[in-house]
Amino acid sequence: MSEKEKTILVDENSTCFPSGAMPHYDIKHEEVSAQPERILVLGAGCPKCRALEQTVIKSLDEMNETLAVGHVTDYAEMAKYGVMSTPALVIDGKVVSAGRVLNQKDVVRLLKENL
Amino acid sequence: MKAIFDFIQNQILGMRWLDTLIGNLLGATGLDLGNRWVGSLRFFLFDTIKILILLCVLIFLISYIQSFFPPERAKRTLSRVRGVWANVGAALLGTVTPFCSCSSIPLFIGFTSAGLPIGVTFSFLISSPMVDLGSLLVITGIFGAKIAVLYVICGLIIAVLGGLLIEKLHMERYLEDVIVTTRLAEVAQQKLTAHERLRFAAEAMTDTFKKVFPYVLAGVAIGAVIHNWIPESWVVAVLGSKNPFGVVLATLIGTPMYADIFGTIPVAEALFAKGARLGSVVAFMMSVTTLSLPSMMMLRRAIKPKLLALFITICVVGIIAIGYLFNALQGVI
Repeated sequence: MSEKEKTILVDENSTCFPSGAMPHYDIKHEEVSAQPERILVLGAGCPKCRALEQTVIKSLDEMNETLAVGHVTDYAEMAKYGVMSTPALVIDGKVVSAGRVLNQKDVVRLLKENL
Repeated sequence: MKAIFDFIQNQILGMRWLDTLIGNLLGATGLDLGNRWVGSLRFFLFDTIKILILLCVLIFLISYIQSFFPPERAKRTLSRVRGVWANVGAALLGTVTPFCSCSSIPLFIGFTSAGLPIGVTFSFLISSPMVDLGSLLVITGIFGAKIAVLYVICGLIIAVLGGLLIEKLHMERYLEDVIVTTRLAEVAQQKLTAHERLRFAAEAMTDTFKKVFPYVLAGVAIGAVIHNWIPESWVVAVLGSKNPFGVVLATLIGTPMYADIFGTIPVAEALFAKGARLGSVVAFMMSVTTLSLPSMMMLRRAIKPKLLALFITICVVGIIAIGYLFNALQGVI
Protein backbone atom coordinates (compact mmCIF):
# COMPACT_ATOMS: atom_id res chain seq x y z
CA MET A 1 0.00 0.00 0.00
CA SER A 2 1.43 3.38 -0.91
CA GLU A 3 1.63 6.26 1.53
CA LYS A 4 -1.15 7.97 -0.36
CA GLU A 5 -3.55 5.14 0.08
CA LYS A 6 -2.97 4.91 3.78
CA THR A 7 -4.26 8.38 4.51
CA ILE A 8 -7.91 7.86 4.10
CA LEU A 9 -10.39 10.67 4.05
CA VAL A 10 -13.69 9.56 5.36
CA ASP A 11 -16.80 11.34 4.26
CA GLU A 12 -18.71 12.98 7.06
CA ASN A 13 -21.85 10.95 6.54
CA SER A 14 -20.26 7.60 7.07
CA THR A 15 -22.02 5.40 9.58
CA CYS A 16 -20.39 5.43 12.90
CA PHE A 17 -19.94 3.02 15.77
CA PRO A 18 -21.84 2.60 18.03
CA SER A 19 -24.90 4.48 16.80
CA GLY A 20 -25.21 2.66 13.51
CA ALA A 21 -24.05 -0.47 11.83
CA MET A 22 -20.43 -1.48 11.79
CA PRO A 23 -18.42 1.18 10.01
CA HIS A 24 -16.96 -0.08 6.80
CA TYR A 25 -14.38 2.10 5.21
CA ASP A 26 -13.69 1.70 1.58
CA ILE A 27 -10.47 3.27 0.59
CA LYS A 28 -11.42 6.37 -1.29
CA HIS A 29 -9.16 8.47 -3.38
CA GLU A 30 -11.47 11.38 -3.95
CA GLU A 31 -9.50 13.80 -1.83
CA VAL A 32 -6.05 12.36 -1.65
CA SER A 33 -3.73 15.32 -1.93
CA ALA A 34 -0.27 15.26 -3.40
CA GLN A 35 1.20 16.32 -0.07
CA PRO A 36 0.31 14.47 3.13
CA GLU A 37 -1.77 16.61 5.46
CA ARG A 38 0.08 18.36 8.24
CA ILE A 39 -2.82 17.84 10.60
CA LEU A 40 -4.20 14.35 11.17
CA VAL A 41 -6.99 13.00 13.33
CA LEU A 42 -6.37 9.37 14.26
CA GLY A 43 -9.37 7.20 15.02
CA ALA A 44 -11.53 4.49 13.55
CA GLY A 45 -14.53 6.73 13.02
CA CYS A 46 -16.26 6.50 16.38
CA PRO A 47 -18.39 9.52 17.38
CA LYS A 48 -15.52 10.88 19.50
CA CYS A 49 -13.13 10.85 16.56
CA ARG A 50 -15.60 12.70 14.38
CA ALA A 51 -16.23 15.22 17.14
CA LEU A 52 -12.49 15.92 17.35
CA GLU A 53 -12.23 16.26 13.58
CA GLN A 54 -15.08 18.78 13.54
CA THR A 55 -13.47 20.78 16.35
CA VAL A 56 -10.17 20.88 14.45
CA ILE A 57 -11.92 22.09 11.28
CA LYS A 58 -13.75 24.81 13.26
CA SER A 59 -10.53 25.83 14.98
CA LEU A 60 -8.73 26.17 11.67
CA ASP A 61 -11.62 28.34 10.41
CA GLU A 62 -11.33 30.49 13.51
CA MET A 63 -7.61 30.92 12.84
CA ASN A 64 -8.24 31.61 9.13
CA GLU A 65 -6.02 28.69 8.19
CA THR A 66 -6.81 26.74 5.05
CA LEU A 67 -4.94 23.55 5.91
CA ALA A 68 -6.62 20.26 5.15
CA VAL A 69 -7.33 17.80 7.93
CA GLY A 70 -6.57 14.15 7.27
CA HIS A 71 -8.40 11.34 9.05
CA VAL A 72 -6.37 8.19 9.61
CA THR A 73 -8.55 5.14 10.14
CA ASP A 74 -5.92 2.53 9.35
CA TYR A 75 -4.70 0.88 12.55
CA ALA A 76 -1.25 0.02 11.21
CA GLU A 77 -0.80 3.67 10.28
CA MET A 78 -1.98 4.80 13.74
CA ALA A 79 0.50 2.45 15.42
CA LYS A 80 3.35 4.31 13.71
CA TYR A 81 2.49 7.23 15.91
CA GLY A 82 2.55 5.07 19.05
CA VAL A 83 -1.10 5.83 19.77
CA MET A 84 -3.00 3.45 22.07
CA SER A 85 -6.10 5.49 22.69
CA THR A 86 -8.17 7.28 20.11
CA PRO A 87 -9.01 9.90 19.02
CA ALA A 88 -5.54 11.36 18.67
CA LEU A 89 -4.38 14.58 17.08
CA VAL A 90 -1.14 14.68 15.12
CA ILE A 91 0.46 17.90 13.93
CA ASP A 92 3.47 17.66 11.62
CA GLY A 93 4.09 14.07 12.66
CA LYS A 94 3.93 14.78 16.39
CA VAL A 95 1.17 13.35 18.61
CA VAL A 96 -0.11 16.35 20.57
CA SER A 97 -3.10 14.64 22.20
CA ALA A 98 -4.46 11.11 22.55
CA GLY A 99 -7.65 9.67 23.98
CA ARG A 100 -9.38 13.00 24.39
CA VAL A 101 -12.03 14.99 22.59
CA LEU A 102 -10.36 18.37 22.92
CA ASN A 103 -12.36 21.56 23.07
CA GLN A 104 -11.85 24.30 20.54
CA LYS A 105 -9.74 26.43 22.86
CA ASP A 106 -7.28 23.59 23.40
CA VAL A 107 -7.14 22.75 19.71
CA VAL A 108 -6.42 26.37 18.79
CA ARG A 109 -3.68 26.49 21.40
CA LEU A 110 -2.13 23.23 20.18
CA LEU A 111 -2.32 24.37 16.55
CA LYS A 112 -0.66 27.69 17.40
CA GLU A 113 2.07 25.94 19.37
CA ASN A 114 2.82 23.31 16.79
CA LEU A 115 2.21 24.74 13.32
CA MET B 1 -17.58 3.01 63.08
CA LYS B 2 -20.56 1.05 61.80
CA ALA B 3 -22.74 4.14 62.19
CA ILE B 4 -20.34 6.14 60.02
CA PHE B 5 -20.24 3.39 57.45
CA ASP B 6 -24.03 3.08 57.33
CA PHE B 7 -24.31 6.83 56.99
CA ILE B 8 -21.98 6.83 53.96
CA GLN B 9 -23.78 3.89 52.40
CA ASN B 10 -27.35 5.06 52.96
CA GLN B 11 -27.18 8.81 52.94
CA ILE B 12 -24.15 9.74 50.82
CA LEU B 13 -24.05 6.98 48.22
CA GLY B 14 -27.67 5.90 48.61
CA MET B 15 -29.05 9.45 49.06
CA ARG B 16 -32.03 8.48 51.23
CA TRP B 17 -32.30 12.13 52.26
CA LEU B 18 -33.20 13.03 48.69
CA ASP B 19 -36.02 10.48 48.61
CA THR B 20 -37.38 11.90 51.87
CA LEU B 21 -37.09 15.42 50.50
CA ILE B 22 -38.90 14.57 47.25
CA GLY B 23 -41.55 12.66 49.22
CA ASN B 24 -42.10 15.69 51.47
CA LEU B 25 -42.23 18.10 48.53
CA LEU B 26 -44.75 15.94 46.65
CA GLY B 27 -46.74 15.53 49.87
CA ALA B 28 -46.68 19.29 50.45
CA THR B 29 -48.28 19.89 47.03
CA GLY B 30 -51.23 17.85 48.28
CA LEU B 31 -50.50 14.75 46.19
CA ASP B 32 -51.38 11.37 47.64
CA LEU B 33 -48.12 9.49 48.08
CA GLY B 34 -49.98 6.19 48.06
CA ASN B 35 -51.23 6.81 44.53
CA ARG B 36 -49.38 4.78 41.90
CA TRP B 37 -48.86 7.71 39.51
CA VAL B 38 -47.41 9.76 42.32
CA GLY B 39 -45.28 6.75 43.27
CA SER B 40 -43.93 6.50 39.72
CA LEU B 41 -43.25 10.23 39.67
CA ARG B 42 -41.44 10.04 42.98
CA PHE B 43 -39.30 7.12 41.82
CA PHE B 44 -38.54 8.89 38.53
CA LEU B 45 -37.56 12.19 40.17
CA PHE B 46 -35.54 10.58 42.94
CA ASP B 47 -33.68 8.14 40.73
CA THR B 48 -32.93 10.61 37.95
CA ILE B 49 -31.55 13.22 40.33
CA LYS B 50 -29.70 10.64 42.40
CA ILE B 51 -28.06 8.95 39.45
CA LEU B 52 -27.12 12.21 37.78
CA ILE B 53 -25.50 13.52 40.98
CA LEU B 54 -23.69 10.22 41.52
CA LEU B 55 -22.67 10.16 37.88
CA CYS B 56 -21.13 13.64 37.94
CA VAL B 57 -19.30 13.26 41.23
CA LEU B 58 -18.12 9.72 40.56
CA ILE B 59 -17.04 10.21 36.95
CA PHE B 60 -15.07 13.28 38.01
CA LEU B 61 -13.28 11.44 40.81
CA ILE B 62 -12.76 8.30 38.79
CA SER B 63 -11.43 10.16 35.76
CA TYR B 64 -8.97 11.99 37.97
CA ILE B 65 -7.69 8.66 39.27
CA GLN B 66 -7.71 7.21 35.75
CA SER B 67 -5.52 10.03 34.46
CA PHE B 68 -2.68 8.37 36.38
CA PHE B 69 -3.21 5.11 34.51
CA PRO B 70 -3.03 5.66 30.74
CA PRO B 71 -3.02 2.45 28.68
CA GLU B 72 0.67 2.99 27.94
CA ARG B 73 1.33 2.62 31.63
CA ALA B 74 -0.65 -0.63 31.82
CA LYS B 75 1.41 -1.89 28.89
CA ARG B 76 4.72 -1.02 30.57
CA THR B 77 3.72 -2.41 33.96
CA LEU B 78 2.38 -5.67 32.54
CA SER B 79 5.38 -6.31 30.32
CA ARG B 80 7.46 -6.62 33.49
CA VAL B 81 5.27 -9.33 35.05
CA ARG B 82 5.08 -12.99 34.12
CA GLY B 83 2.61 -15.84 34.51
CA VAL B 84 -0.64 -15.68 36.43
CA TRP B 85 0.37 -12.43 38.11
CA ALA B 86 0.36 -10.74 34.72
CA ASN B 87 -3.28 -11.81 34.33
CA VAL B 88 -4.12 -10.59 37.83
CA GLY B 89 -2.34 -7.31 37.12
CA ALA B 90 -4.18 -6.93 33.81
CA ALA B 91 -7.55 -7.57 35.47
CA LEU B 92 -6.77 -4.99 38.18
CA LEU B 93 -5.43 -2.41 35.73
CA GLY B 94 -8.52 -2.98 33.59
CA THR B 95 -10.58 -1.47 36.41
CA VAL B 96 -8.66 1.83 36.52
CA THR B 97 -7.43 2.38 32.96
CA PRO B 98 -9.67 4.70 30.96
CA PHE B 99 -10.77 2.70 27.98
CA CYS B 100 -13.49 2.94 25.38
CA SER B 101 -14.24 0.06 23.07
CA CYS B 102 -13.37 2.29 20.08
CA SER B 103 -9.76 2.03 21.23
CA SER B 104 -9.74 -1.76 21.61
CA ILE B 105 -7.70 -2.34 18.46
CA PRO B 106 -4.91 0.20 19.12
CA LEU B 107 -4.80 -1.12 22.67
CA PHE B 108 -4.58 -4.69 21.45
CA ILE B 109 -1.78 -3.74 19.04
CA GLY B 110 0.05 -1.94 21.84
CA PHE B 111 -0.18 -4.86 24.26
CA THR B 112 0.80 -7.42 21.63
CA SER B 113 3.79 -5.39 20.40
CA ALA B 114 4.99 -5.09 23.99
CA GLY B 115 5.16 -8.90 24.00
CA LEU B 116 2.21 -9.43 26.33
CA PRO B 117 0.66 -12.90 25.97
CA ILE B 118 -2.82 -12.98 24.47
CA GLY B 119 -4.31 -14.19 27.78
CA VAL B 120 -3.09 -11.10 29.60
CA THR B 121 -4.66 -8.82 26.99
CA PHE B 122 -7.94 -10.69 27.41
CA SER B 123 -7.84 -10.46 31.20
CA PHE B 124 -7.68 -6.71 30.63
CA LEU B 125 -10.41 -6.70 27.97
CA ILE B 126 -12.81 -8.72 30.15
CA SER B 127 -12.25 -6.80 33.36
CA SER B 128 -12.27 -3.35 31.81
CA PRO B 129 -15.99 -3.13 30.99
CA MET B 130 -17.14 -5.66 33.61
CA VAL B 131 -15.72 -4.10 36.73
CA ASP B 132 -14.76 -0.51 37.13
CA LEU B 133 -14.63 1.99 39.95
CA GLY B 134 -18.01 3.35 38.86
CA SER B 135 -19.83 0.05 39.31
CA LEU B 136 -18.15 -0.55 42.67
CA LEU B 137 -19.43 2.77 44.04
CA VAL B 138 -22.85 2.71 42.38
CA ILE B 139 -23.56 -0.84 43.57
CA THR B 140 -22.41 0.09 47.08
CA GLY B 141 -24.99 2.88 47.09
CA ILE B 142 -27.84 0.62 45.99
CA PHE B 143 -27.07 -2.88 47.22
CA GLY B 144 -24.51 -2.25 49.94
CA ALA B 145 -20.76 -2.61 50.23
CA LYS B 146 -20.63 -6.40 50.71
CA ILE B 147 -22.44 -7.09 47.46
CA ALA B 148 -20.37 -4.48 45.63
CA VAL B 149 -17.07 -5.93 46.81
CA LEU B 150 -18.19 -9.46 45.97
CA TYR B 151 -19.29 -8.25 42.52
CA VAL B 152 -15.85 -6.79 41.86
CA ILE B 153 -14.00 -9.86 43.14
CA CYS B 154 -16.12 -12.19 41.01
CA GLY B 155 -15.56 -10.02 37.95
CA LEU B 156 -11.81 -10.05 38.51
CA ILE B 157 -11.83 -13.83 38.90
CA ILE B 158 -13.64 -14.28 35.56
CA ALA B 159 -11.15 -11.91 33.91
CA VAL B 160 -8.16 -13.85 35.25
CA LEU B 161 -9.59 -17.32 34.53
CA GLY B 162 -10.87 -16.28 31.10
CA GLY B 163 -7.45 -14.90 30.17
CA LEU B 164 -5.70 -18.05 31.40
CA LEU B 165 -8.08 -20.27 29.43
CA ILE B 166 -7.50 -18.30 26.21
CA GLU B 167 -3.76 -18.60 26.86
CA LYS B 168 -3.94 -22.37 27.46
CA LEU B 169 -5.91 -22.96 24.28
CA HIS B 170 -3.24 -21.09 22.26
CA MET B 171 -5.73 -18.81 20.63
CA GLU B 172 -2.98 -16.59 19.14
CA ARG B 173 -3.70 -18.06 15.74
CA TYR B 174 -7.12 -16.45 15.80
CA LEU B 175 -5.77 -12.92 15.97
CA GLU B 176 -6.32 -10.77 12.91
CA ASP B 177 -3.18 -9.97 10.92
CA VAL B 178 -3.30 -6.28 11.79
CA ILE B 179 -2.72 -7.18 15.44
CA VAL B 180 0.12 -9.60 14.80
CA THR B 181 2.05 -7.67 12.16
CA THR B 182 1.70 -4.11 13.42
CA ARG B 183 4.33 -2.75 15.78
CA LEU B 184 3.44 0.14 17.99
CA ALA B 185 6.02 2.89 17.86
CA GLU B 186 7.53 3.89 21.19
CA VAL B 187 6.74 7.48 21.94
CA ALA B 188 7.84 9.46 24.97
CA GLN B 189 4.87 10.10 27.24
CA GLN B 190 4.03 13.59 28.33
CA LYS B 191 3.67 14.10 32.04
CA LEU B 192 0.37 15.66 32.99
CA THR B 193 0.17 18.48 35.50
CA ALA B 194 -2.44 18.45 38.29
CA HIS B 195 -4.29 21.17 36.40
CA GLU B 196 -4.39 19.04 33.24
CA ARG B 197 -5.67 16.08 35.25
CA LEU B 198 -8.51 18.19 36.63
CA ARG B 199 -9.31 19.42 33.13
CA PHE B 200 -9.28 15.83 31.89
CA ALA B 201 -11.62 14.78 34.70
CA ALA B 202 -14.00 17.66 33.97
CA GLU B 203 -14.01 16.82 30.25
CA ALA B 204 -14.66 13.15 30.94
CA MET B 205 -17.52 14.13 33.25
CA THR B 206 -19.25 16.33 30.64
CA ASP B 207 -18.62 13.76 27.89
CA THR B 208 -20.01 10.87 29.90
CA PHE B 209 -22.93 12.97 31.10
CA LYS B 210 -23.96 13.79 27.53
CA LYS B 211 -23.45 10.23 26.37
CA VAL B 212 -25.17 8.51 29.27
CA PHE B 213 -28.02 10.94 29.97
CA PRO B 214 -30.54 9.33 27.56
CA TYR B 215 -29.71 5.88 28.92
CA VAL B 216 -30.28 7.08 32.47
CA LEU B 217 -33.65 8.58 31.56
CA ALA B 218 -34.68 5.42 29.72
CA GLY B 219 -33.39 3.24 32.56
CA VAL B 220 -35.20 5.27 35.21
CA ALA B 221 -38.41 5.34 33.17
CA ILE B 222 -38.34 1.55 32.81
CA GLY B 223 -37.47 1.33 36.50
CA ALA B 224 -40.41 3.57 37.43
CA VAL B 225 -42.81 1.39 35.41
CA ILE B 226 -41.48 -1.78 37.03
CA HIS B 227 -41.54 -0.13 40.44
CA ASN B 228 -45.19 0.89 40.38
CA TRP B 229 -47.04 -0.95 37.62
CA ILE B 230 -45.63 -4.42 37.04
CA PRO B 231 -47.19 -6.86 39.50
CA GLU B 232 -44.71 -8.35 41.90
CA SER B 233 -45.95 -11.83 41.05
CA TRP B 234 -44.78 -11.43 37.43
CA VAL B 235 -41.28 -10.38 38.41
CA VAL B 236 -41.09 -13.19 40.96
CA ALA B 237 -42.30 -15.70 38.38
CA VAL B 238 -39.71 -14.69 35.77
CA LEU B 239 -36.69 -13.56 37.77
CA GLY B 240 -37.53 -14.65 41.30
CA SER B 241 -37.36 -17.84 43.28
CA LYS B 242 -40.06 -19.48 41.12
CA ASN B 243 -37.84 -19.63 38.06
CA PRO B 244 -34.59 -21.60 38.37
CA PHE B 245 -33.49 -20.22 34.98
CA GLY B 246 -33.97 -16.55 35.94
CA VAL B 247 -30.21 -16.00 35.94
CA VAL B 248 -29.76 -17.49 32.47
CA LEU B 249 -32.65 -15.44 31.13
CA ALA B 250 -31.36 -12.21 32.67
CA THR B 251 -27.87 -12.83 31.22
CA LEU B 252 -29.11 -13.61 27.72
CA ILE B 253 -31.35 -10.53 27.66
CA GLY B 254 -28.55 -8.31 28.91
CA THR B 255 -25.81 -9.56 26.58
CA PRO B 256 -26.63 -7.72 23.32
CA MET B 257 -27.77 -4.56 25.11
CA TYR B 258 -25.57 -1.50 25.17
CA ALA B 259 -25.68 0.65 28.28
CA ASP B 260 -23.39 1.42 31.13
CA ILE B 261 -23.80 0.92 34.84
CA PHE B 262 -25.62 4.23 35.31
CA GLY B 263 -28.38 3.30 32.87
CA THR B 264 -28.62 -0.26 34.14
CA ILE B 265 -28.84 0.41 37.84
CA PRO B 266 -32.40 1.88 38.02
CA VAL B 267 -33.80 -1.15 36.19
CA ALA B 268 -31.82 -3.51 38.42
CA GLU B 269 -32.91 -1.65 41.53
CA ALA B 270 -36.59 -1.75 40.60
CA LEU B 271 -36.49 -5.45 39.65
CA PHE B 272 -34.81 -6.24 42.96
CA ALA B 273 -37.41 -4.28 44.93
CA LYS B 274 -40.12 -6.26 43.13
CA GLY B 275 -38.78 -9.64 44.21
CA ALA B 276 -36.26 -10.53 41.51
CA ARG B 277 -33.50 -12.63 43.03
CA LEU B 278 -30.17 -10.95 43.64
CA GLY B 279 -28.33 -13.30 41.27
CA SER B 280 -30.64 -12.50 38.35
CA VAL B 281 -30.24 -8.78 38.96
CA VAL B 282 -26.45 -9.01 39.23
CA ALA B 283 -26.25 -11.19 36.10
CA PHE B 284 -28.36 -8.64 34.23
CA MET B 285 -26.17 -5.70 35.27
CA MET B 286 -22.97 -7.55 34.43
CA SER B 287 -24.09 -8.78 31.04
CA VAL B 288 -25.38 -5.36 29.98
CA THR B 289 -22.16 -3.60 30.93
CA THR B 290 -19.68 -6.26 29.77
CA LEU B 291 -20.96 -7.32 26.39
CA SER B 292 -22.82 -5.43 23.72
CA LEU B 293 -23.29 -5.82 19.99
CA PRO B 294 -21.27 -2.70 19.13
CA SER B 295 -18.30 -3.76 21.25
CA MET B 296 -18.40 -7.29 19.81
CA MET B 297 -18.34 -5.88 16.30
CA MET B 298 -15.39 -3.68 17.24
CA LEU B 299 -13.51 -6.63 18.69
CA ARG B 300 -14.27 -8.71 15.60
CA ARG B 301 -11.81 -6.47 13.71
CA ALA B 302 -9.02 -7.60 16.03
CA ILE B 303 -9.86 -11.28 16.46
CA LYS B 304 -11.29 -14.01 14.28
CA PRO B 305 -14.81 -15.42 14.84
CA LYS B 306 -13.63 -18.48 16.81
CA LEU B 307 -11.81 -16.41 19.40
CA LEU B 308 -14.66 -13.91 19.53
CA ALA B 309 -17.08 -16.78 20.19
CA LEU B 310 -14.81 -18.09 22.94
CA PHE B 311 -14.58 -14.63 24.50
CA ILE B 312 -18.38 -14.24 24.50
CA THR B 313 -18.84 -17.76 25.88
CA ILE B 314 -16.38 -17.13 28.73
CA CYS B 315 -18.17 -13.92 29.69
CA VAL B 316 -21.68 -15.40 29.44
CA VAL B 317 -20.83 -18.62 31.33
CA GLY B 318 -18.90 -16.63 33.95
CA ILE B 319 -21.76 -14.19 34.48
CA ILE B 320 -24.29 -17.02 34.80
CA ALA B 321 -22.05 -18.73 37.37
CA ILE B 322 -21.77 -15.48 39.33
CA GLY B 323 -25.55 -15.09 39.17
CA TYR B 324 -26.10 -18.49 40.75
CA LEU B 325 -23.43 -17.77 43.35
CA PHE B 326 -25.22 -14.56 44.34
CA ASN B 327 -28.53 -16.43 44.50
CA ALA B 328 -26.97 -18.99 46.80
CA LEU B 329 -25.54 -16.26 48.97
CA GLN B 330 -28.70 -14.10 49.07
CA GLY B 331 -29.84 -13.98 52.64
CA VAL B 332 -26.35 -14.85 53.88
CA ILE B 333 -24.71 -11.58 52.79
